[in-house]
Parts: sequence; structure tokens; C-alpha cells
Amino acid sequence: MAVTTVDAPARRAARSKPSRGKARHSAVGYLFVLPFMVLFVAMVLVPLGYSAYLSLFEEKLIGGEAFVGLKNFAEALMDEAFLGGVGRMALFLVIQVPIMLGLALFLALAIDSGRTRASRSARLLAFMPYAVPGVVATLMWGYLYGPDFGPIAQGFEALGLTPPDMLGESGILGSMMNIVTWEYVGYNMIIMYAALRSIPTELYEAAAIDGASQIRIALSIKIPAIRPAIMLTVIFSVIGTFQLFNEPALLDSIAPVVITNGFTPNFYAYNVAFVNQDVNYAAAIAFLLGLVIAVMSYVVQLSSQRAERKVRR
Amino acid sequence: MTATMNAGAASSAAGLHKPRPRRHRRGRERSTALSVIVWALALYFLLPLVWLAIASTKDTSDLFSTFGFWFGDSFALWDNIQGVFGYKDGIFGRWALNTLLYAGVSAVGASFLATLAGYGFAKYGFRGSNLMFSIVLGAIMIPLTALALPTYLLFSSAGLTNTVWAIIVPSLVSPFGVFLMRVYSADAVPDSLIEAARVDGAGEFRTFFTVAFRLLVPGFITVLLFALVATWNNYFLPLIMLNSSDLYPLTVGLAQMQSAGTSGGGGEVLFSTVITGSFISIVPLIVAFLFLQRYWQSGLSAGSVKG
Repeated sequence: MAVTTVDAPARRAARSKPSRGKARHSAVGYLFVLPFMVLFVAMVLVPLGYSAYLSLFEEKLIGGEAFVGLKNFAEALMDEAFLGGVGRMALFLVIQVPIMLGLALFLALAIDSGRTRASRSARLLAFMPYAVPGVVATLMWGYLYGPDFGPIAQGFEALGLTPPDMLGESGILGSMMNIVTWEYVGYNMIIMYAALRSIPTELYEAAAIDGASQIRIALSIKIPAIRPAIMLTVIFSVIGTFQLFNEPALLDSIAPVVITNGFTPNFYAYNVAFVNQDVNYAAAIAFLLGLVIAVMSYVVQLSSQRAERKVRR
Repeated sequence: MTATMNAGAASSAAGLHKPRPRRHRRGRERSTALSVIVWALALYFLLPLVWLAIASTKDTSDLFSTFGFWFGDSFALWDNIQGVFGYKDGIFGRWALNTLLYAGVSAVGASFLATLAGYGFAKYGFRGSNLMFSIVLGAIMIPLTALALPTYLLFSSAGLTNTVWAIIVPSLVSPFGVFLMRVYSADAVPDSLIEAARVDGAGEFRTFFTVAFRLLVPGFITVLLFALVATWNNYFLPLIMLNSSDLYPLTVGLAQMQSAGTSGGGGEVLFSTVITGSFISIVPLIVAFLFLQRYWQSGLSAGSVKG
């Protein structure tokens, strides 16, 4: 995966390279980054390369491994289980991510505006689910959704209504979206809130004196000012969505019929590798998944840049 | 894959800049409508945890027969806690210690390596540093599964699966931590300070450990907290790497407990054990979060020490 990163300090550093003081000590720089880079190569680049290598082979009944070129990839692109999982995550991306980030942005702006009572406590409460492991969050929500002693079902029954089947075919995806939203609104809010705190106050105090409303200030000053932070949360959300694993893996035991082994692409790769024992095909799936994530992140960035240019014009 | 993250912007995204002074605006009116909405949302985050706390005080029959958001007829919290720690000869305590070990060692190691590397990238312009940094940054986008599977196979051929190293070593690599620490170092440690230490004849590493590191502590703690949460909450890696339940962290242990309770016989008895186990496992983390809130604050937004 080729990466061209353009970041301001890097460019500045590149420009100031000829300064002699730095050149003299440059060799030491290697020593600083060496421990990390050794592990990085061993734990990221080598496995990535090995995965690429594996994906080009196939386990034959006779004769062991055979080179098959891109056959695994071609197979994956026709594989309904894999494509279904990717489609489901695309739906997730279109529905859940905007809700989650919208709530996070709303909370960050509301708390930053200083117009809510006890906003410090509210911020803490919103951030708390981030401390709850995904496994525990999923177990807990699984019980909350459950028909046996889940309070949601209890509430419906108390009113004499039939509780919705939150773990059934039609409800499970929405239930999963809710779990992920619950877990990550606070995390995204903190990133946005920290960015809001670093906007110079003068920028909008003048606007406030001119009589601009809080909503107007939020829309035309604050949100544009924290656009990079929002982009960061969008990209993290894209990556996180396509990597969903804990939620389907744990809901599988309480909703085994609706959670197919390809419910999410990541869960599928796991099942192919460790249940079907087909390491080569799993490597190809994981690779394609990485590609999907890369393309999605790229599209997100591109569209954001385009939008920004439009605003500037 | 093009990651056009503007480091300056991203650093403000992570709140690494000096926060604006918090002026107490006394004359500003509060909005009741806004407060109501914000607090309704806060309840959404809180209520599931309240349910978990209440459910862990109930025995199985109360769990099924009484309303979820109120206490049952019996107060079985102590019995439930005994049930959790007595489960399979007290393996739950073992899982808790494992989690502490994995998360603690990984987080300290990862943030230390990230600080060294981030400082190196920020303060030394060496050949290939930009390329290296770009590759590291790109790695943030590699899905964990794409790595976990080949890592498992490599560890397996080295005979390292089902050991603590299989969890700790991969968790030591935090590309995002390097990114944060690079941005942070660029801001927090003035070049003139390093130059002055050089003039005084201090070696580069001595300068780092005696002068620069102190200035980097808030950033270091931020990375530490992120790494701590990431390892503490990790389920996928230990799930594939570990076979023996003696080595499980809490996440894998609880998940196994739950599936044993659902599929096996006598499942209902395990409900309250799993619920109470879940509750016990999040209490330390939530307490730590509330306690460390000020460090999140100082690390995330107090930002540059240079002022």
C-alpha cells in the first residue's frame, strides 16, 4: 500500500534539512527510531508481505501448496458471503457513522458552548462507554435486547405490547449499529471537543458581539475550524466499520441463526481461517478488505478536499 | 492510499495545542432546552451500565422475574461475586491478572517506543525519515485482521503462540502513537533547548532522557492511555493467539463463559455469573477513567509545555 503523506512539519523539515546542526546529528536520529522501526517491520511489514504471499497459493489435497496467482482474489470477488458482508458494512457506513458522528459533534458543540448545565459530568458520562471493552458492551446489550429478562422487552410487555425482535433477522443490524454508536460517540466527541478547545476565542467572540446566534457561530466558524478533526473521526470510523468483529462474534451465540459466518467481512476472514482452516483464501479476503478500506478512506478524503475547495471559491 | 492528514490540523484534532484560556463567562445564559437534550443523551450512555450494576445484585430467578431497572427481592451481589471468583477454581482472578499484565506492559512499552521514535522523527532530519514516517502513518489504515492472521502463522511457526509474548509483542507497535508523539515533540521541545544541552556537552540520548522526556510527559501519558485501552479491550488477537484458558485476558474469558452458558446445559445458572463478571471487569477501568480524567485533560489538551 503506497502512502504519500503530506504534512506540514514534514515538509518544513525537508526544507530545512541542509542546516548543518541537524546534519551532524542526523545519524543519531536512526537510533531513536530504530527500536520502533524494527518491531514495526517485524509486526507489520513482514506479516503484510507474508499475507500477500499466502494469498497467491492454494492448499491442494495432493502435492501441498500450489501457486494459483490471483485465483483466490477472483474467487472472493464472486463470493456471496464476502460481498454480502462488505455490502452490510457499506450500509453500516451510510447509516450508523453519520448518526454516531452527528451525535458526537452535537455533544462536543453543546458542551463547548458552555450553555448546558453540568456539562462536565455529561462529557464524562458520554466518554465512559469507551472504557468498556467491546466484548462487555456486546454481552451487556445482548442481554438488554434479549427476550428473557431484557428490560426493553419487559417495558413493552408491561404496556401490553409485543416487543420488537431485536435479535431477529430484521432487527439485528440495527441492534449492532446501536451497540457501536453507544461505544464510540464519546471517543469521537473527545477528539472533536479537544479541537474545539484549541480554536482561538477571538474568532467567534467578535461574531457573538455582532449578534450572531450560537447556531450560526457553530455552523460558520466552529465546524469549519475543526474540519480536520472531523475528517480524522470519519476516517477512523471507516476503518473501524469494516473491521467489525467483536459484535458479530459475540452476538453469534445468542442469535446464531441470523449471524451468518460472513456477517461482517472481518468475521468471515476469521471463520475462513480458523474454522474452515483455509489460510490462503482468508489471506486474500483480508487483503481485499484492506483494499476496500484504503479506497473508502481515499474517497472520503478526496470528497472532503473537493468540498473544501468549493467553499474557498 | 493517500493520507493527506495535515499534521498541524491533526494535532489540534488530538488537542495537542495549548488550550485557550478558559474564561469564565458569567453573564452567559444557559439554555434549558439544550441541557435537556444533552442530559437525555448522557442517560443513554449511563443506563445500560446502571442495568448491569443492578443485574449483578440479582440471583437468577430475580433476573427473570423482576424489572431490570430495579432491585430484586434478594440482594445476591456477594453470592454472585463468589460465584464469579469461584468459577472453575478461581480462573477469573487469573484472567484479571493476565489482563493487567498484558495491558500494563504493552502500554508502557508501546508509548515508550512511540515517544523515542516520534522524537527522532521530529528532531532529526535523517535520510529517508520522511519516507519511513509516511509508511508508518499509512499503517494506521491496515485492518487488524490483515495482520493478525499472518502474524499468528508466523508466531506459530516460531512456537510463540499460546505465550504471553504473542499478545505483548504485537501490541508494542503503535503507529498512531508515533504520529502523535512526532507532532507533540515538534511543539513541546524547543530546538534551542536541545542545542543548549549539546553546547553543555550532553550526548543526544542523555539530552533526551534528562531534558526532553520531561517535556514530553503529557503526550506520553496520552499515548499510554490510548494504548492501555486498546490492549485492555483487545479481543481478536488473544482469541486467535491463545489456547489455554490460563493465559486468557478477561475479554476472551468472559466471551467463553458466555458461550458456555448459552450452549451448554445449566446455562441459566451462568447468566448471573457472566453479568457479574462483566460488571466486575469494567469497574476498575471506569474508576481509572474517572480518576485519570485530569490526565486525559492535561495530556489531550494542556498540550505544549513551552507555553
